[in-house]
Parts: sequence; C-alpha cells; structure tokens
Amino acid sequence: MPRSIDQDLNRFNKILKGKVRDNLRKYITRSEMFGRKGRESVSIPVSNIDIPRFKFGKRGSGGAGQGDGKVGQPIGSGGQDEGEGLGQAGDQPGQHVREVEVSLDELAEMLGDQLQLPRIEPKGNDTLKSLKDKYNTISPTGPDSLRHFKRTYKRALKRQIASQTYDPTRPVIIPTRDDERFRSWTTTTEPDANAAIIYMMDVSGSMTDDQKEIVRIEAFWINTWLKKHYDGLQTRYVVHDAVAHEVDEDTFFRTRESGGTRISSAYKAAEAIIARDFPIDSWNIYCFQFSDGDNWGEDNSACLDQLQQFLLPVSNLFCYGQVESPYGSGEFIRELRKVSGDWENMILSEITSKDSIYDSIKLFLGTGK
Amino acid sequence: MPISIHRPLPPEIRDLQLELEAKAAGYGLDFFETIFEMVDYEEMSMLASYGGFPKRYPHWRFGAQYDEMMKGYSYGLQKIYEMVINTDPCYAYLLEANELTDQKLVIAHVYGHCDFFKNNAWFAPTNRKMLDDMANHAARINRYVDRFGYETVEEFIDACLSLEDLIDPYAPHIKRTADVGDQRLASWDSSEQDSNEAATGDGRFPSKPYMDSFINPPQTLEDHVEEGKAHAEEAAKRFPAEPMRDVLFFLLQHAPLKPWQHDVLSIIRDEAYYFAPQGQTKIMNEGWASYWHSTIMTSHALKDEDLITYADHHSGTMATSPQRLNPYKLGIELFKDIEQRWNSGRFGSEYDNCDDLIEKEKWNRELGLGRDKIFEVRRVHNDITFIDTYLTPEFCIEHNMFAFGYNDSNNYYEIVSREFPKIKQQLLTSLTNHSRPIIRVEEGNYRNRGELYLKHEYHGVELKPDDAEATLENLQKLWGRPVHIESIMDDKRAILSFDGHEHQMDSFEHDSIGSLLS
Repeated sequence: MPRSIDQDLNRFNKILKGKVRDNLRKYITRSEMFGRKGRESVSIPVSNIDIPRFKFGKRGSGGAGQGDGKVGQPIGSGGQDEGEGLGQAGDQPGQHVREVEVSLDELAEMLGDQLQLPRIEPKGNDTLKSLKDKYNTISPTGPDSLRHFKRTYKRALKRQIASQTYDPTRPVIIPTRDDERFRSWTTTTEPDANAAIIYMMDVSGSMTDDQKEIVRIEAFWINTWLKKHYDGLQTRYVVHDAVAHEVDEDTFFRTRESGGTRISSAYKAAEAIIARDFPIDSWNIYCFQFSDGDNWGEDNSACLDQLQQFLLPVSNLFCYGQVESPYGSGEFIRELRKVSGDWENMILSEITSKDSIYDSIKLFLGTGK
Repeated sequence: MPISIHRPLPPEIRDLQLELEAKAAGYGLDFFETIFEMVDYEEMSMLASYGGFPKRYPHWRFGAQYDEMMKGYSYGLQKIYEMVINTDPCYAYLLEANELTDQKLVIAHVYGHCDFFKNNAWFAPTNRKMLDDMANHAARINRYVDRFGYETVEEFIDACLSLEDLIDPYAPHIKRTADVGDQRLASWDSSEQDSNEAATGDGRFPSKPYMDSFINPPQTLEDHVEEGKAHAEEAAKRFPAEPMRDVLFFLLQHAPLKPWQHDVLSIIRDEAYYFAPQGQTKIMNEGWASYWHSTIMTSHALKDEDLITYADHHSGTMATSPQRLNPYKLGIELFKDIEQRWNSGRFGSEYDNCDDLIEKEKWNRELGLGRDKIFEVRRVHNDITFIDTYLTPEFCIEHNMFAFGYNDSNNYYEIVSREFPKIKQQLLTSLTNHSRPIIRVEEGNYRNRGELYLKHEYHGVELKPDDAEATLENLQKLWGRPVHIESIMDDKRAILSFDGHEHQMDSFEHDSIGSLLS
C-alpha cells in the first residue's frame, strides 16, 4: 500500500531538485561534486528549504541555559541560522544543510534545460542499425506469465454472447484455450548512434592547475550531456607540448610539462585515433581542444591546414576553448578566427574564469550537432 | 472509528500496560482511555511528521520532516521512543524495536501526558475529536488538489503556513466579544455598543443631591460626552476597531479569498489552534510525564534487570547542554522542587521573610502538601505562569542556570548573567508567544487604500529581516493589496512594505514617534 508520506517525500525531493536547478550555474563549477568516479548519482548539498515566518533575528536575542561557565563565556555562535533554536527552551530543530541525490542523467537534463541546449540529432547512418524488441502487440500464443487478462476475458465474453451461453443473471465467464491472448513483441530497427569525443589539451607550463580545473569541469559536463544522447560514448584524451601523447583520463587532468608548444602534434594524434578507432561513416566525432593559446609561431599555419584538411570535415563539432592564463599570449584563437567563418561546425570560446564555464558550454553545445 | 493502522499490542506488553495503568490511576492520575499501538520506526517517523496523526493533508513539509527523522535515525543521531496525541481516547504509539524496559518507561510516561492533556486548563478548549477532523481536513484539501491542481493548492498552503503563527493563543480562553466563530458580527456589534455608550452614558458618579454639582461638575460632564464622541468617531474610522492578534482570523474575514482558499486557510488556523497549547506547555507537559515515569518506574515497575537500561535512557532524556534548555529536565526538576517545598512548608510570607539562612536551610514544617500542590499546578498553569510563579533563586543556583545573550561584536552567544532576576526574565522572554514575535493587525485600510498594516510588539529583539520580507510576500498573496509591518530595525522605527513587486523599508528617527497611522 502506498503510504501518504511517500507522496510528501517525493514532492519535497522534487522541490530540492528544483533548487539545484535554480542554482545550477553555481553548482556546476564545483568540482568536488563529481570527484567520485563511477557513480551514477551525486549528492549535492543544498541549503534547507523552509517556510518563512516572522521570527527573531540574533540581535538582542538570548535565553536561559544550564551548565558551567563564567559571565562572558561564549556558548556558541549559533551558526548561520540557529538563532531561533537557541532562543527558546523548546526542542525545535535548527537549520540543516540537506544533501539531495541527483542522478547524472537528471543533471544533464537540467543543464540542457537551463542552457536551452538543443537535442542533438545524431548523424544519420542508414546502413548501421540495431535491433530492439518492444512488447507492444498481442499474440494468440505465449507463456502464461504474459497472458493478457483483459483481452482474454473480453474474447471469452464475446464468444459466450455469440454462442448464447452467456447468462446475465449468473455472469460467469470461463475462457477456453482459444480465448487466451498474450502480450508479444515486435522487433524494430533503430539507427545506431555512436559518438566519440577527443579531448586535446595543452599541458605546457603555462597551463596551471587552475586552468586544468576549468578544463576538467567543462569536460565533465560535456561528457554528461553527450552521454545522454549517445548510448556508446567513447572518450579519448590527448595531451601535448611539443609532441603529443594519447593518455587516460586521469593522466589527462594531472600531467604537467614544460617546453614548447606545438598544437599541430595534437591534431595529428587526433587524426591517428580517428583513423584507428572510429571509422568516420559510423561515428559522430566531437573534438574539444583546450589551450591557453600560446603556440609556436610557425606551427600555426600547419595547424590550420590539418584542421581544414581532416578534422573539420569529419567532425560534428570542433570546439576550441581558450583558457585565459597569466602566461599565455592567447594568439591562437585569432589564427582560428581567420577560418572559422568557413566552417560552421567550428566553435571558439574564450574561458576567462570558472564563471564562464557555463556560457562556454552553452556556446559549444548550443548548435545541437 | 479507527483510521489508524491498528495493531494490537503483544500480550506481554498488554499486561505491562494494564499494570502500569493501574499504578498511574492509583497515584491519582486521571486520563482518557488510552489506546496503545505498536509501530516500526518508519511508521513512527511518519506519524511524528504528521504531528501524531495518521492522516494529514498532502504537503511537502511532512515529507521534509520525515526525511530528516529517518536520516537522523539511520545516522544514529536521534530516535523517537514514543508519541501521544491529545484526543479522546488518547492514542499512543510504541516503537516495536524498543526493549521491554523502554516500553515500561514509555508507557508510564504516556500516562503522564494523557493526564496532562485531560486536566491542564490550556488544553480544555482543544478539540478531542481531532483525529476525525484531521482526516476531514485531508479529504477537503485533497478535493481541492483534484480540482485546482497540486501546485496551486500547495503554493497557497505554503503562504498560509508562513502566517500560521499569527494567531491569538489566548483567544480560546478569553471571551473578548463573542464566540470566535461569530466574531465578524460581534466585532461590529461591540464597536457600536461602545459608541452608544459614549453618546448616552453621562459618566455621572453616584452622589447625594446637595453634593452633585461638586462631584459631577456640569462642565466636566459635557467634556466627557464630547470626548466620548470624539473617541467613538476615531474608533469608527479604525478598521479593525482595536489591534487584532488573530491575524489569520482577520484575513478570513476580510481578505479577498476564493471559497476554497478560505477553507484552506480556516483549516490551517484550526490546526494551529489545536497545536497551540502543546507549545504553551512544553516544559510542564514533558516535566509532568517525566515526573510520573520516574516515580512509577523507581517505586514499582523497575526490576533488577531493567536498572541499567532505565538509568541510561532516563539520564539521556534529562541531559543538558549549555545552548539549549532541556524542557524534560527543567520541568521534572521544578515539579520535584515544588513538591519538596510544599512538603516542608518552604513557601508563604513566613518563609520568604525569614532572614536567617541557617534556619531556612533546616526549614521543615512537615506539611506534606507536595503531591496535592503539583496536581494543582499541572491543572492551572502554562509554561510562562509556571516559571513565573515557581522558579526560585535557590533553584537557579542548584541547577547552575544562567542567562545568555547575543553579542553583536563577536557574533557569539555568551553567558550574560547568573543573577536570578536576569535568568528568569530571559527565560520568560524566550517562552513568550512560543518564542515568536507578537504581531497584530493595526489597520486594514491603511492610507485609505485597502492596504494591510501590521505591527510588531517590540521588546528588544528585532525581526529577522530576510524572513520578514519573504513572509510579507506570502501575506501579500493573501491580501492582494500592499502590506506593511512596523517594527524596530537598527534601533529605529521602521516599516517594511511589500506591494506585490518590490520591497521597501522606511525608517524613522525616534523623535518622530507618535502614531504613524493617521
């Protein structure tokens, strides 16, 4: 039996989640939220919701207590909001911070709503289909566990009326084997949508921990959003200074090297990964590159060539996020701007601080590709 | 009609109950029939969230309380042992998982509560059939939910709950005008009556004819009549005629509410009045129940094997912390203190006027009036009059009591005094109106524009401004027109206003005091 408190509890959780949604901009920049790997849901602390009332503030408030201590001895700050609890001799609970459990899927949904991100239309690939079974039809045969009672009894009733064996004063209906109907499935084909994300990051000395934190947060949300749209999402990570390496996720966010910067090396590595793992006719490919924009001057033209010859034509999106760093010159984005007019799948974003992550994600994913 | 999940007690507990009931009755406790039920912790938390009632209207705050209780329990921070509701018959819930010793303690404790509910004067006007009424309230509100949608109704309930403290907890006891239910008519009647009296009554003092012109000088009589007229005119302009503490009632009479909203608000108000006496007698009620569980347990029910568990749980209930006065502890100790004083005759002018400390120390008239006295106390007092009458300097010293206050300069609550008058005053202040500000409707037609003007009765503690603003927003939802509340902010007289779009705060220097209501 459903308990009435469950309804109230669900409603309360919904309200808490609404609070998360309203403050999403604040929450998404908190990296501690997704620090724990491999979890489907995260706990987000939200300040408790409460019904406002006319009540006393701390100023001038006080009460009586029991215990040792001299006059003037502090007995507590009363926290943020506990003033009322202290003032009275009752046992009213003070204010608490609650944790609300939100699944990553819900968070992605919220993010999509908040940023008004369009649903991604997977790049159609008619040749690749997957089969899916759906229980949406009725069949005259099947196992007892799938027997459809209503249909079965309806047929039995029809038969009895037709054969005039139905007696309204004694409405007993006995289905025969022929009356039985069973739930059954149909097999449908669905276009298979696979997606690969390739993250590239500059790890030269000028990318400090702060900058990497920004990349990490942004990459987390991009992953979360794309995962929502593709069943089989694959991610690959490339770091580079003067040469590029493919690394795992953990290394990607921790490596720090020094030395020169040659962005073209990362593009080459990305190209190799795509050629090796992701045949372009069956994969949706997303490239995200982060850098502080400091490149080895003569490498710039090589970068543009490579981009236009390979990466841009095969990618759903090519996104470049330039993270502002106290050391970088930030010139690379100007190079890319030269060609960005020709490629509508190329998106450039300047990320000045954690606060701009939100807008940057909107910019990157707002095209719905 | 039991709406509850009735589950009969297991035989061994049933036997305990009968035994303890007889013991309690033997001490002179007088209670309604008390029905015990066994529940598991989830059910207990659910009942506790619903204020003890198995059926309440749908609202998220019950879910919030439930969530908090279940979490507190699973983290081992808190546990509810028992729950009683003030109805006839009384319903009490026992926790299935409790040890037998705990069940004894709890049952004895419950009989204390039941006796208190039945006999304490402040509970006299409460509705003892509230179980049915709560279920009816739920049915009515569920009907509105079906008709108008969950969120619409919920939003309105939120607004009502925001104001639910704004009732007059003394109203059920004082027949100011007429029955509360008929006050709309009554308040008009009484204002008319006033003006008639002022116009016709000549204010004459009784006198012998030859003294009359001295005792009742004609000029004064005339002035008196004029004054009366002026006063009546002034009063007639006012609406309500005098400041009204039952703000919810004023809203029910005059706010532009749809019929279903009117009904919801009246339900919230009914329930607020039902629960009010529990807030007014927390210390006494818990003290009384604790007094009886400890008396019954220690003199009868406690077996050797119970001792440790009993001592552990009793002392846990009685634990004190500097920041929060434990109502169980304060209550039981005061009752014990009163009992002792009346047993030994340490009361009255003879004792009070005795200056010899040694003699006072040894004072014993062997009156044996203690038991009778505490029964009388539980009948007539509420927490405020209880503390006011029976808290003594000796008691404060013995129990290491102090007064604390908030220190602006270091953001800390600190001990401000260990002197009796200060402790008593702080304690009484914190109990006044269940530690909520006292607020009245001053004017329902402020500035002659149908705006609502409330006034906070300031006694040194300021309102919390952000909550006040949010509450004003809810008030405005009900009233429809701009709303205001007058109080003191930063030592200045201030009016917080909300017109439906934006907040405003006007403050005035102290010089300009005088009624802001023209």
